[in-house]
Amino acid sequence: MPTINLNTAEVPIRESRLGSVTGYKGSAGELCRRSRDGSLKERERSFTQCATCASITAICQVAMIRDAAVVNHAPLGCAGDFGNFNFINRAGQAKRGWRLANAKLLNSNLDEQDIVFGGGGKLKDAVREAKTRFAPKVIFVTTSCASGIIGDDVAGICEEMTEELGIPVVSISCEGFRSQIWATGFDAAYHAILRRVMKPAATRRPDLINVINFWGEDIFTDLFGRLGLTPNYVVPFTTIGQLERLSEAAATVQVCSTLGTYLAAGLEEHFGVPEVKAPSPYGIAGTDAWFRELGRVTGKEAEVEVLIAEEKERIAPELAELRERLAGVRGFVSAGAVHGHSLIAILRELGMEVPGACVWHHDKRLDHGDPRGDSLQHVVTEYGEVPFSVCNKQSFELVNLLNRLRPDIFIVRHNGMAVWGAKLGIPTFLMGDEHFGLGYEGLLNYGRKILDTITNPAFVRNLARHTRLPYTEWWLSQEPFAFLGEGA
Amino acid sequence: MSAVVEQPRHFCMLGAKQSVVAIERAVPIVHAGPGCSSKLWSGLSFCNGFQGAGYAGGSAVPSTNTGEREVVFGGEGRLREVIEGALKVMDGDLFVVLTGCTSDIVGDDTAQVVREFRERGVPIVHAETGGFKGTSFAGHEALLDAIIRQFLGPARETIPNLVNVFASVPYLDPFWSGNLEGLRELLAGIGLEANILFGPGSGGIEAWRKIPVARFNLVVSPWVGVKAAQLLEERYGTPWLHYPVLPVGGTETSRFLATVGEFAGIDRARTEAFIRREEERFYYYLERAADFILEFRYDLPGRFVTVCDSLYALGVSRFLVNDLGLLPGEQFVTDQTPPEHRDALRGAFAALSPSVAAPVTFTPDGGAVQRHLREARHHRPPLIIGSTWDKDIAAELKGYQVSLSLPVTDRLVLDRSYVGYRGGLRLAEDIYGAILGSYQ
Ligand code: SF4
Repeated sequence: MPTINLNTAEVPIRESRLGSVTGYKGSAGELCRRSRDGSLKERERSFTQCATCASITAICQVAMIRDAAVVNHAPLGCAGDFGNFNFINRAGQAKRGWRLANAKLLNSNLDEQDIVFGGGGKLKDAVREAKTRFAPKVIFVTTSCASGIIGDDVAGICEEMTEELGIPVVSISCEGFRSQIWATGFDAAYHAILRRVMKPAATRRPDLINVINFWGEDIFTDLFGRLGLTPNYVVPFTTIGQLERLSEAAATVQVCSTLGTYLAAGLEEHFGVPEVKAPSPYGIAGTDAWFRELGRVTGKEAEVEVLIAEEKERIAPELAELRERLAGVRGFVSAGAVHGHSLIAILRELGMEVPGACVWHHDKRLDHGDPRGDSLQHVVTEYGEVPFSVCNKQSFELVNLLNRLRPDIFIVRHNGMAVWGAKLGIPTFLMGDEHFGLGYEGLLNYGRKILDTITNPAFVRNLARHTRLPYTEWWLSQEPFAFLGEGA
Repeated sequence: MSAVVEQPRHFCMLGAKQSVVAIERAVPIVHAGPGCSSKLWSGLSFCNGFQGAGYAGGSAVPSTNTGEREVVFGGEGRLREVIEGALKVMDGDLFVVLTGCTSDIVGDDTAQVVREFRERGVPIVHAETGGFKGTSFAGHEALLDAIIRQFLGPARETIPNLVNVFASVPYLDPFWSGNLEGLRELLAGIGLEANILFGPGSGGIEAWRKIPVARFNLVVSPWVGVKAAQLLEERYGTPWLHYPVLPVGGTETSRFLATVGEFAGIDRARTEAFIRREEERFYYYLERAADFILEFRYDLPGRFVTVCDSLYALGVSRFLVNDLGLLPGEQFVTDQTPPEHRDALRGAFAALSPSVAAPVTFTPDGGAVQRHLREARHHRPPLIIGSTWDKDIAAELKGYQVSLSLPVTDRLVLDRSYVGYRGGLRLAEDIYGAILGSYQ
């Protein structure tokens, strides 16, 4: 059954495509069961705090492509994230030893007139300006709430401009209001890349492995090198030429299938690049399974067994020590879906307790539909039940929950959330590098980081003593999910 | 409005929600798409000196997270629900409902929804801040307007030495809280009590309630805040003083204090005594810098260029010309200054000092600024005072660069102030620090 339809300009949102939800409380095992038997329903909240939108996640994937430009077709506020992507861009360039240069981002600056009369003319001007200013190989045009509601034909204009300028001008449909699951924006960006940038493979490179990631440290050159394979990190910090040739790879792996599910499935379905369908490579069990599946797909089974054995032997002494020191330490985890599952695996593997976890959304299934990729089920099977909830960054729920559970450490992945742990006096960290916990060494990385963080809680303890939470006593005495409605 | 914007240095009207966060114990409620508040927090707060969430900002901001349903069927019911929830969950003294593009295009009657709550006695106001309607500066003005019209009571008395201060826009000016405190200290020096309204120790809604009883209003900005002062004059008959320059350094600060002192009818001797004392300290330090400034053998900047909002562009230029004796190149004002205020600004740049004038260009588009700078002739390395965006062009021109203006992602900003005598010294330190840093 085809799942990735590249004929439409818009990507189907996650709610309809993957049955994704933003509200749930219960246990991890129950969530897996109900995802499979179809009984899981979205539960909406009557009170909500700000979330994130698909426009942010879409721009996040295309803003750092080295020879592309992005036109954000929106009023100026929607360019609020440009500074952040520029920061990430420059930091990434610095790490790679490249010359520092600003991200190539433009905003079409829709105003009141455009809202009434349409913004098409301005979009064309902006696209032409992007071509003149940046001389890009491709221009991506991201839509906005405003352009969507007034009905600008962005896809049509992009086709027109492709003709006029002689380079692909590619629309990415990522209006914030269309989906409550901001990961839809990743899909929208990948949809555009699959549709308009990628080319069918002229040759195959049996050693090349596409790695869908954000911008983590390069750890795969070493790990894959030992298997005779070469990583090809996508999408940030690539070139258009590299993206055109993703189809040449022997396989696609992901460090977090919440991020890359659509691109990986599209690569397999439309370009014949097999996706490695396995739980994420975090924690020993997950890493074993992930590497074995990679070995199977690429014909490197023997090499993988050697790698696994070597790595496990190498980390064993320090892992044993970390396990001893971390035994029984209680860690609460909050992150984007699959990355959250991965963090649970890491903590349990280190001998820690996980009194609760919360992820920003839940996909009932991934695009490939293969149960081997069900990372939450993997965690439940390997490590047992975990109290589990889903909330799209609703910090009032999280603060309430943390205040009750009072874990020894709060590990979070999404900016703007860590401060709430700190205000409660809970040692907290955000790990921005998604590769930090990956593989066998990742366990040690996390173990050391957790130990460091709980060893000196001075900063958070002082903050907790001297700052106030913006929540009422009433709220903090309610059940954390009091605003979660009954499923429709 | 300008066409495209590259390297934005401010955002949309809804940026006003950061001004709400800057009022102690005030809570914004955003009636907008799911990403608006995050984007604006990222742009105005985090990537602008790494200012944090604040009390009820960041991920704590209540938001309706408009979806397809509200776009198609209207979002008033949803807004009502979220306000109800916010009143229970959020511990605040003032709630401010701010609309975004979705609700303003769809045409929700937000005013009516909010009025219902206000009639129940809830301290709540609303401002129409749909992003397409204007800049974050305009959004800040809309917020001032909303609170004045919908929250303030009548004026019963006048507190003789109380002055409401309208200056830096919170968060958008990364140094806003330091600057406002700096202004408070300066005014205290001549015997005035400044009501600074935003930031730590400003007094929260009690301070806002006192607005009508102030002796006068002081607007320290080329244009932001003028409308609020006019409105207050209309409603309460409060006189106001428009001082269009941010007082940075000795020359301007002394002029500022003398002007304010005179307007307030303060005994001249008192003002002068304070000015004398502060100048003495200021020039002690400036003198200390003289050996370095006069003798630095490598390179000091040729011309300086500001790429800032009008408050900084003018304030910083005046300081560099009048106190440090530098010469200006082209100055770029990025805040989409309303047309009616542009002539005054041009005039001010034409007379930075009796002998020094600077050409000024109004554009919010960093790409246009880059083009200008690339085409201009630079005999010696220029000093570019702008934002982190300007690092590339500064490097290209082999110049020096200091980030003062949004976005600021190359420095952490806490309580630094560029206001007053001390602010001038800070700015001198930061500028020459950046220059020296490039040699070591
Ligand atoms: S421009 Fe409109 S949609 Fe964009 S952040 Fe501002 S209010 Fe939201």
